[in-house]
Amino acid sequence: MTDTAAILESSRQSRRWGAWYVTEHRIRGMRAYRGTLIATAIGTPVLYLFAFGVGLATLITDNVSPVPGVSYLEFVAPALLATAAVLIAMEEYTFGVLLGLKWNPIYVGMNAAPLSPRQIANGVMGFIGIRMFIVVSVYFLVMLVFGATTSGWAVLSIVAGMLGGFAFAAVAAYATTVEEERGQFAILHRTVILPLTLFSGTLFPLTQLPIALQWIGWISPLWHASELGRQFVYGPSEPLWLSVVHVLYLLALGALGWELFVRNLAKRLNK
Amino acid sequence: MPAPVITATALTKKYKDFAAVDGIDFEVAPGESFGLLGPNGAGKSTTMRMVGAVSTRTSGDLQILGLDPDQHGPAIRSQLGVVPQSDNLDTELRVRDNLIVYGRYFGLPRSQVATRANELLEFAQLTDRAKGKIDDLSGGMKRRLTIARALINEPRILLLDEPTTGLDPQARHILWDRLFRLKEQGTTLVLTTHYMDEAEQLCDRLVVVDKGRIMAEGAPAALIREYSSREVLEVRFGSERNATVASELAGIGDRLEVLPDRILIYAASGEEALVEVTRRGLEPVTSLVRRSSLEDVFLRLTGRSLVE
Repeated sequence: MTDTAAILESSRQSRRWGAWYVTEHRIRGMRAYRGTLIATAIGTPVLYLFAFGVGLATLITDNVSPVPGVSYLEFVAPALLATAAVLIAMEEYTFGVLLGLKWNPIYVGMNAAPLSPRQIANGVMGFIGIRMFIVVSVYFLVMLVFGATTSGWAVLSIVAGMLGGFAFAAVAAYATTVEEERGQFAILHRTVILPLTLFSGTLFPLTQLPIALQWIGWISPLWHASELGRQFVYGPSEPLWLSVVHVLYLLALGALGWELFVRNLAKRLNK
Repeated sequence: MPAPVITATALTKKYKDFAAVDGIDFEVAPGESFGLLGPNGAGKSTTMRMVGAVSTRTSGDLQILGLDPDQHGPAIRSQLGVVPQSDNLDTELRVRDNLIVYGRYFGLPRSQVATRANELLEFAQLTDRAKGKIDDLSGGMKRRLTIARALINEPRILLLDEPTTGLDPQARHILWDRLFRLKEQGTTLVLTTHYMDEAEQLCDRLVVVDKGRIMAEGAPAALIREYSSREVLEVRFGSERNATVASELAGIGDRLEVLPDRILIYAASGEEALVEVTRRGLEPVTSLVRRSSLEDVFLRLTGRSLVE
């Protein structure tokens, strides 16, 4: 074997498994604060499901769904689950990404090794997927404990929630363009994400909003993810084509944001 | 002569209209210890990033181990060890885990990485810190760990960008000792520095860089011979008088350099020059005779000092 061929051969493993090495690294990093992670993963669903599904539910006796006999707890649980996935993803897309680029610049180190920006982005997304999966799975288990679902299909609300989280991937692409964090992320959370959690047909049906405001829900990935989750938890409550639209819309946004993230990260790392 | 491991020809990097690296040529032979010496902003780090295959060149040609970084970035990087200017250890991981995850990036099996991590902790004199936190390490320890991390893949070329900047003298000497061992083992070292003593200690050959261009090239001793005298006499007359006294010193030594705080007199013998200064009835506040250094070479070539 010539020297050049040997060099090309030596990077074969990295070229194939690079993204996984990035995910593996982040999982190791997560061990440092696993206590906090476990506490939030369990505490959040218990508090929210209790407050909305049990507390607020006592005030809500009217039908909240076109499907008769659906309790408020059943209605709100899939949306809360999707919201949890989105919030976890948002934390990683914003602070997580800038952490890796600036405050604890591990992406720079990865890029100096044989890993490409695409592999780094994919590995980061893989880690975010794992984090979301853990959080929403716990959410789902707590839902079962609260009796928020009886359907066997309900387990698929985990997938719906994760699709909702991935649909915000463009935020990660945005974070790679931030040089100095001067509260942009907080503004993003307060002016975009928080209102979306309220006006995406999460706590009440979208149809309760004035028609002039319903468009917020139609473009909001959170509405699509919540509605999709509801189909699995107690559905169908909408025509099949609409459920297909939810899936396609979430996948399309996710794929677009992911690709943008890859490109922006490559730009940021290649100075 | 063996084929060079790095060949740069008219290598250029521009940011909009500003040329950070402005057409430089150099070669590095296998096993050589090669330095880029220059002040901050000379284009050293930009050059290092291009050689490290993480920054695309604007024009010119660059071959690392016979490969073009534009086409084979990851393959080239699999053969490099990189010590960046500012440490980028993962502060969320313990000392030894930093080596483990980095080794994994190169596709090395876990068992091999584990053995290698232990050897490198030994080399970096950090074995007793293996389970410690990064934030608890001193600046010198972090640097040594970063170097250990860069060696995890047994690189053919080790790139060090300002390896001892910000370290205290003792930490610098420990680090130099480690780098010297690597050099003895035949590792190719490429380093940037704005410390002349570092360049003199570690580099077989260096280029003096200023404003993105190469001003001179050669072995440290040869550069000093070529661009400076054997000795330098430094005299101070107080910041007020330095400039006025300068004219009265004309003719002593080969050359005079008037700095704001002192006057440098370049001469084969500093002592003889000092005798002549006092014979002319000039009484310097302080005087110092020393050997010429790369600092003097830089001053001669650019009219400015290295550390400003």
